[in-house]
Amino acid sequence: MSEGHDRMDSHDPLFGAAQVDCGSAIHQLYHYLDGELTDERRTQIADHLDYCGPCAGAAGFETELRRVIADRCKDHVPDSLRQKIADLIEAERVGDA
Amino acid sequence: MADQARFTELAMEHMPALYSAALRMTRNPSDAEDLVQETYLRAYRGFGGFTEGTNLRAWLYRILTNTYINSYRAAKRRPEVADVEDVEDLYLYKRLSPANGASSRSAEEEALASFTDDEVKSAIESLPDAFRIAVLLADVEGFSYKEIAEITDVPIGTVMSRIHRGRRALQKALHDFAESRGLVSSAPGRSE
Repeated sequence: MSEGHDRMDSHDPLFGAAQVDCGSAIHQLYHYLDGELTDERRTQIADHLDYCGPCAGAAGFETELRRVIADRCKDHVPDSLRQKIADLIEAERVGDA
Repeated sequence: MADQARFTELAMEHMPALYSAALRMTRNPSDAEDLVQETYLRAYRGFGGFTEGTNLRAWLYRILTNTYINSYRAAKRRPEVADVEDVEDLYLYKRLSPANGASSRSAEEEALASFTDDEVKSAIESLPDAFRIAVLLADVEGFSYKEIAEITDVPIGTVMSRIHRGRRALQKALHDFAESRGLVSSAPGRSE
């Protein structure tokens, strides 16, 4: 393990009590990446990720994983389905008139 | 109040995303096509109740999700629990780290890049309904917790819990694919 990993558990003494520790940063990482934290919390986590390599590594991985998940989940709409839906709506429209 | 004549112009561009979501929900191309058709028909008929300028994408997903839950979920194949008691946060990340402590950046990138479309789709489709829908809406479609709460008609706390548990189950499923190809260890190489 690299020495940086110790900081995943501990409070960094160089920073004051207002700083978040690694446990707290990881605990809130998903809310952070989801953009669901308050501005204050978001800034605290962003600051932590700026100086903590291991946590930044985890955050980078989770960001990349999410991109991969979204990218791999695309499907081609069959032309027949597009046509069926267009026909269905046209039939409804004509029926309404 | 939206004009039905504008429906095609506004709603059709969302079909690829809705069709993909329908495939993940139903796990079956024929059911997915039926689900998307029914969604568009209901959306067209209800378009007068949609307020133009508000979130059309979320509105369409709400119809899709409700239609799926009401029409296609009758025969439950899996229980509504995500068994993730032994799956911690960062499950996949921790297991991609080589035990010898060498730089693992390339191992992580290799594993992530190696996931195929079919593997990621299968991993999502392995999740129980409620968790699958929550993860789809959050991670594939990028909806906010609040939007997902409105789309699925559940409190925001339930949404957060489903996303959290669903993501852990998804990481476990992806890990199992990576493990079968020898890319990861079954025990964490990284401590928390």
